Amino acid sequence: MSLSASACIVGAYEHPTRLAPDKSVAQLHAECALGALQDAGLSLADVDGYFCAGDAPGLSPLYMADYMGLKLKWYDGTESGGCSYLAHIEHAAAAIAAGHCSVALITLAGKPRSSGQATGTAFRAPPVDRPEAAWETAFKWTIGGIYGMMMQRHMYEYGTTLEQIAWVKVAASQHAQHNPNALLRKPVTVDEVMASPVISDPIRRLDCCVITDGGGALVLARPEIARSLKRPIVKVIGCGQTMNTTQGGYLDLTRTGAQVSGAAAFAEAGVTPADIDYASVYDNFTIMVIAQLEDLGFCAKGEGGRFVADGNLISGVGKLPWNTDGGGLCNNHPMNRGGITKAIEAVRQLRGEAHPAVQVKDCRLALAAGPGLVLGPGHAHATVILERE
Amino acid sequence: MSNSPNTNPAQAPSPGFEQDPFASAFPETREFWSAAEAGRLMLNTCEDCLRPHWYPRMVCPLCGSTRLRWQQATGKGTLYAFSTARRATPAYTLAYVQLAEGPTLLTNVVEADPDTLAIGMPVQVTFRRAEEGRMMPFFKPDSST
Repeated sequence: MSLSASACIVGAYEHPTRLAPDKSVAQLHAECALGALQDAGLSLADVDGYFCAGDAPGLSPLYMADYMGLKLKWYDGTESGGCSYLAHIEHAAAAIAAGHCSVALITLAGKPRSSGQATGTAFRAPPVDRPEAAWETAFKWTIGGIYGMMMQRHMYEYGTTLEQIAWVKVAASQHAQHNPNALLRKPVTVDEVMASPVISDPIRRLDCCVITDGGGALVLARPEIARSLKRPIVKVIGCGQTMNTTQGGYLDLTRTGAQVSGAAAFAEAGVTPADIDYASVYDNFTIMVIAQLEDLGFCAKGEGGRFVADGNLISGVGKLPWNTDGGGLCNNHPMNRGGITKAIEAVRQLRGEAHPAVQVKDCRLALAAGPGLVLGPGHAHATVILERE
Repeated sequence: MSNSPNTNPAQAPSPGFEQDPFASAFPETREFWSAAEAGRLMLNTCEDCLRPHWYPRMVCPLCGSTRLRWQQATGKGTLYAFSTARRATPAYTLAYVQLAEGPTLLTNVVEADPDTLAIGMPVQVTFRRAEEGRMMPFFKPDSST
């Protein structure tokens, strides 16, 4: 069944906090929910579908639904790391299309910054019964180490340079200077990125996203409900998701699940990368933006380094305005999960509500895409394409 | 590795993997851990599609067959990718090694100056005991080439 225009995003909210030691994770979820519902002109009583992931306290939607007093006909706790919320958009649109619910709420929140978590540089042992655990834990892999290998392999196979890769961070910082809530607002240069300390070869500190407390929420609704509200209409016209595994040991560290999720989303939407006015692409590390832009079809495989260089991702400068909120590299990466903020900035762009300095003129078609979990040991990927009516 | 005293000197101490919580969680892979004690790297190989896979499991992830057998690997391979954690104390090198038999596995490169490593260089297995007790396949530069 095609999802095309079966559901609209009617509410979007990014929590302004980046450090919240005095709030519970549950409170942050609820504040995000209320923010998105207020944005839509709806209330908690209107919600009959709820979607959350592993960051929601209690490992089930039940506990946050209870906290907020939701009366649900449909719920979904799909956990696929940072892209869970993009996957939830597809699940919510499908549930709305099937008549399971009419108003779907998606929430994300967490506090890794105030808890001092070393997200990318610390080894975190998985449970002993996870199938790969016995074979991989002894090697103390870190997220920085895995993406360091990815960056090295991409440079080896395609001749991508550190200078090209640094342009991703430069673009993010150019956008973040206009976002008063961004954690890092100071523009940086290619040289500054390359001169920042090595975290895990060849990844530098400025190739890494920020660690922030906070969260976000989205509200989806049937088109009839969307039309009764006072907000611009943002339709969900294409979605795709996949899990990109190690394939029994025959992995390719330069290719992401965007090859599958992007192709599915573009096919469903009936558009091509050339039609996209604005792209949110999850930037956990600079190199992942390059690989995903290739895998989504914005350029040929291996051309990503050249594609992002010389400001091509900077709004008003380059051909593909990208992550105009400053992205995970500079603005916000709540709970180490960048999926929901990608969708939120895409909604702002389609509504014409992005910061005037980065707003894309006549933005009609936007893409939001991102990975979840970790590329080498196996990752998830989701893409959504949104259209302003 | 257990630190408890051996109360029965006549009885050979049980191999380290017997007490290892990770190895113990997968009793069906006992043959792998047992061979690893003797410094042999075993691969689970499919009798239908004839390909070895990594990590070992009861179903071939390449074709779905359950007709699998253990096959001793050469322990030789090449560096697919590596990244040295410069901030760690001590620094260590995470790597993917592609085995001569085909599969690529996550490991650490040891007994080498990280600055001398390169993608594609030959490496060979060297087993080291994980802190929980089981022997794991680490890799070092191949001295035979």
